[in-house]
Amino acid sequence: MPRYLIRRLGQALLVMAGVVALTFVITRMVPGDPAVAYAGPKATPEQLAEVRARFGLDDPLWVQLGNYVRDLVTGDWQTSLHTRRPVLEDLYHAFPASLELVGAGLVIAVVAGIPVGVLAARFRGRFPDFSVRLTSMLAVSLPVFWLALALQTVFASNLGWFPVAGEYDSALDTTSPLTLWTNITVVDALITGNWPILTSTLAHLVLPALVVAAYPAGVIAQMVRATLIEEASQDHARLERALGFRETTILTRFALRPALNPVLSLIALVFAYAIVNGFLVEAVFNWPGLGRYAVNAISSSDTPAVAGVTLLVALMYVLANLVVDLLQGVVDPRARAR
Amino acid sequence: MSALPEAAPLRRTLPRVTDRFALAGAVLIALIALAALLAPWLAPHPPDEVDPFAALRPPDAAHWFGTDAAGRDVLTRVLYGGRTSLFIAVTVLAVSATTGVLLGVVAGYAGGWVRDVIMRITDVFLAFPALLLSVALAVVLQPSVTTVIVAIAVTWWPWYARLSASMAASIATRPYVDAARCLGVPAPMIILRHVLPNSLTPVLVQVSLDGGGVILTAAALSYLGLGAQEPTAEWGLMVEQGQSLFTTNWWVVTFPGLAILLTAFAFNVLGEGLRNALDPRRIVK
Amino acid sequence: MIEVRDLRVSYGGRVVAKVPELDVAPGECVAIVGESGSGKSTTLLALLGLTEGAEVGGRIRVAGVDVTSASPAELRAIRGARVALVMQSPQAALSPTLRLGTLMRRALRLHGVGDAERVMAEAVEAVLLDPAILRRYPHEVSGGQAQRFAIALAIALGAEAILADEPTSALDVTVQAEVVAVLRTLCAERGLALLLVSHDLALVSTIAHRVLVMRAGEVVESGPAGRVLSEPSHPYTRELLEALP
Repeated sequence: MPRYLIRRLGQALLVMAGVVALTFVITRMVPGDPAVAYAGPKATPEQLAEVRARFGLDDPLWVQLGNYVRDLVTGDWQTSLHTRRPVLEDLYHAFPASLELVGAGLVIAVVAGIPVGVLAARFRGRFPDFSVRLTSMLAVSLPVFWLALALQTVFASNLGWFPVAGEYDSALDTTSPLTLWTNITVVDALITGNWPILTSTLAHLVLPALVVAAYPAGVIAQMVRATLIEEASQDHARLERALGFRETTILTRFALRPALNPVLSLIALVFAYAIVNGFLVEAVFNWPGLGRYAVNAISSSDTPAVAGVTLLVALMYVLANLVVDLLQGVVDPRARAR
Repeated sequence: MSALPEAAPLRRTLPRVTDRFALAGAVLIALIALAALLAPWLAPHPPDEVDPFAALRPPDAAHWFGTDAAGRDVLTRVLYGGRTSLFIAVTVLAVSATTGVLLGVVAGYAGGWVRDVIMRITDVFLAFPALLLSVALAVVLQPSVTTVIVAIAVTWWPWYARLSASMAASIATRPYVDAARCLGVPAPMIILRHVLPNSLTPVLVQVSLDGGGVILTAAALSYLGLGAQEPTAEWGLMVEQGQSLFTTNWWVVTFPGLAILLTAFAFNVLGEGLRNALDPRRIVK
Repeated sequence: MIEVRDLRVSYGGRVVAKVPELDVAPGECVAIVGESGSGKSTTLLALLGLTEGAEVGGRIRVAGVDVTSASPAELRAIRGARVALVMQSPQAALSPTLRLGTLMRRALRLHGVGDAERVMAEAVEAVLLDPAILRRYPHEVSGGQAQRFAIALAIALGAEAILADEPTSALDVTVQAEVVAVLRTLCAERGLALLLVSHDLALVSTIAHRVLVMRAGEVVESGPAGRVLSEPSHPYTRELLEALP
């Protein structure tokens, strides 16, 4: 295990290095002279030279890369052209809200996807299976921004069942202000017992979380169905049948646990998708997370901010994959023996 | 999940494609492609015909899907939008599948450090969710349909590289490949004659599954203003332009959204059906 | 204990096994021999109603239950509790994420066997295993141990018959002997009916009282083990015997 751990950690570090390098390349791909872009078209040659010297634009590319890495490590993720604040600070404030939204979406996806996948596997080839396959394919084919707009229009604007936008009713900030611990509103409201903000946030969370959940729920249902069908055709399922266990018991109590292993790695993959899909959802529901920040950055061509979000999400994705690989040892005793 | 199904060569497996999902998906895609190709003849109005006096008409006999804020026929623009979306999807899939498969097959066949280098590069690209890397690329490039194609293709090829590398690696150890090597057949020839054709089946399934993903990503990029620009008809862009009108003029947003959904759905149904039919582990009589 | 008349198993009209007559009495061991694909394993599964997607004709009585007409609940009641199955690849037959003891405990609870801990310990000792094995996962035990554990499951549940599908072919020669010894003891001392499917005539000759020889879904010869194996009347049986080292 330690050996496998070290190998896996080394791999993750290598990928992170590559992620940083690729982000660097993207930020240097800005068309035209970055010095002109910064100093403005009317800058004098002297001013341009000064800008170049200040940002090290005359240095060889590898020196620039070195500076870039040094800045990142020391916490200087450049300054947003749009908010005029350090990008890292902006990310720090926006991230918890995204985590809250994506977390809620993934919980819904897992809670809905797994039983539905089991149902399809139990009645494979019959009507429940057919409808689950069809529904899950629809769920993964939905354009998130459109689904977000549709749910918002129907259930918030027209029917008025849910709030239209935002994270919670901002009037509550004065009547029952929230003490911040983790910056995740739901969690903070829960631990400080701030019920008005908690209920308001949960009500605001329903629609965007459902939109975020659609894609992962579909993928999880498909994956659970496929792996359960595979597991149910294994020798051990035959023995369990010969021992008199019901088909449903075999699926839920025997086959589901080994089948959860691929689902777990899927969740890491889907986590990244959910964050990025969450961008569009946040923009529609005006959710104060990374996505809204990124979409604002995109519309104002705020390259440092976009690069910062990209880097953060990619690094988190690498980390999530690492954690999942290590978790597999807990779920599947065979992986521990490797 | 490193264990890939043993895929039989393409020509032997294709006749088995009898899965009803695969058939339905193929028919749907054919219909959508036909509608897009024949748009100039099918569309009831010219795509850019602006009529301020007919703005925001609800669906009626003259405008089946209604008209947008500029008075343009939504049905016409949905049909023309299909041309944009399918063009993007086909180009992206062709470019990324070709690049990915070539790199992957070389990596898988050569093994050793060649494989290591190519696969580590692949890992780096795979660490970015496709839409995210596309967004980052599209922000620094000028927004256009070409940008969308480049941005998505750059993020998509590693999937094919990884898939075909593991296929190629398993094929490279087969007896007939050994035999060819012993006879002194040069490596490029072996790759072209044996490794490549035998790795194609899972790639084909993946391509059809990915069609939906590419359509959705392209639409999202356009929705964010990073893709097609006015006056090009593009579904994502149409949703973006109509979103503020959703509560009052539902048809402006609903129909382009449904078009994206239907097209992505068709690709997913085809891919799922193909996977079911071609995956030998799942063939149940 | 097991009584089969005119059994016919077919998939989509293609007959894969035809057995006119097969009886196994308590304390008796009957072997079905034949090459792979001869329909012997299918016959075994048909006895428990486990041939999915197959049409099964004829009359099958197992532990007093008419298998072809029994309800799913009736079938589940005899499976495991009265008739046990022992499979070819012992480790693959055990769910990889469960400790052996967990599987056995669940099976005991399913069939309402009380005093589970004592029953489990006794059953495991009856097949000469250390009770500590109950705390292990399938990948932590050897093939022979796993196979003996499968037999212990039958003992713990109080099965009166064991259907064994090539129980030794995935094991080392020395381990094979242990498993055979356990099976023989069960037959002789506990009076279990044993129906054994095997292509290993050497094994069959040491344990079986009667033998059925199957080929391409048909029974070509049957009778007392001594007679069939020493003076075979069918050319195919002779062929099988000549193939022995």
